[in-house]
Amino acid sequence: MSSKSARSEFDRELEGLHLDLIRLGGMIEEAIDNAITALVRRDKKLAQNVVDNDRRIDDLDHAIEAKCLSILLRQQPVAQDLRAVSTALKMVTDMERIGDHAADIADISLRFDSSPFIKKLEHIPLMARIASSMVKEGITAFVKSDVESSRETIRRDDEVDSLFETIKQEIIAILTQKPAVADQAVDLLMIAKYIERIGDHAVNICGWVIFFVTGEHKDKKII
Amino acid sequence: METKISVKSLNLHYGEFHALKNISIDIPENSVMALIGPSGCGKSTFLKALNRMDDLVPNVKIEGTVLLDGKDIYSPETDVTLLRKRVGMVFQQPNPFPMSIYDNIAYGPRIHGVKSRRQLDETVESSLHGAALWDEVKDRLHKNAIGLSGGQQQRLCIARALAIKPEVLLMDEPTSALDPISTMKVEELIGTLKKKYTIVIVTHNMQQAARISENTAFFLHGEIVEYGETGQLFSMPKEKKTEAYITGRFG
Repeated sequence: MSSKSARSEFDRELEGLHLDLIRLGGMIEEAIDNAITALVRRDKKLAQNVVDNDRRIDDLDHAIEAKCLSILLRQQPVAQDLRAVSTALKMVTDMERIGDHAADIADISLRFDSSPFIKKLEHIPLMARIASSMVKEGITAFVKSDVESSRETIRRDDEVDSLFETIKQEIIAILTQKPAVADQAVDLLMIAKYIERIGDHAVNICGWVIFFVTGEHKDKKII
Repeated sequence: METKISVKSLNLHYGEFHALKNISIDIPENSVMALIGPSGCGKSTFLKALNRMDDLVPNVKIEGTVLLDGKDIYSPETDVTLLRKRVGMVFQQPNPFPMSIYDNIAYGPRIHGVKSRRQLDETVESSLHGAALWDEVKDRLHKNAIGLSGGQQQRLCIARALAIKPEVLLMDEPTSALDPISTMKVEELIGTLKKKYTIVIVTHNMQQAARISENTAFFLHGEIVEYGETGQLFSMPKEKKTEAYITGRFG
């Protein structure tokens, strides 16, 4: 009944798209991890590397977009094919933004001088580990068309948001007591905010995975 | 939405061949229902069963009911000529009669007894308006219809069907033989016509079915595999066979 050879060229294109998304996922996970490592270890070379590498992430994002639009134009996909291509189009936007935020974090850490951290960095790296694993889980869920895992990852965003609140309160406390360190304090708050946004984008990715499998986005039928 | 045609357990045999197997489906009024499926799946046979055109095939056996406004068209009391007036048909190949545009449209009403010149004039004009063809042909109504382009001929055939004031229009791949612009004009016309008529259209073009229909039925080997709201069927079909067909993976 089902004959892959009937549309093998198209199937190859869809597979290529799939692989590109996995590749992009790997690149952004690496960017997040490197940005945080560069911050914690004060490794400016690594931080610069993350900033420079964002170009490659953007290039791959554009290439995936172009492929999706080309498929929509030429193949006029319906049903699962349509959902696959539209999911890819939506996901790359969030993935590209994650790459940007990792570069933003690296960019900030480049500005740090040699003065000690105003407090031991523990919540920020923890938050980053959770956000990074959420991204990884989102990409894996996409590969496996796993709705349950996507829903679980979406729930984990509460941990990230809660950690952000904790960091925010700590920074406020520090700022009130030691206004002289405002510069670094505000930079650290911004870094925390970027990580929180990465969590939000990971949630979006999972939302699109659920759409791909069920046709529903945020519990609503789109079409 | 009211049901215009209700089909229950329709079975059709051509001799030994079981062409339609236990078909049951409701066709809503003032909407477009698309029938899709691979060649030989029974969709055209089903279409023709809706105005008893299948009766004309030798060795045909038809069982089951087809209710038009609640009355079974296969009951012995049915006036088949009147049925075919209420349920008109447009075919894939435009088939204008070899006579003037005017006479093409007036043919049906004349056969049904309309003699008044004024009435015929009115009917011809309103039918050509209804088929979005009036502006293009109003100055040459008495010229031969064969001189029209393919797309115009098809709209003439639609006008001809409208002239006898049907309630349902059956269309068997009405745009397959037309160029893209004519296709678009006919599709737009269908979008307007459905406000007054119930339309059932057989099409091989998935995108056309997705564009113009409210509901779609997928036929395979004489059975309806799936039918439902078009957006739903084309985005999240329930059956794997439907998915395989509409994504072009078979057929």
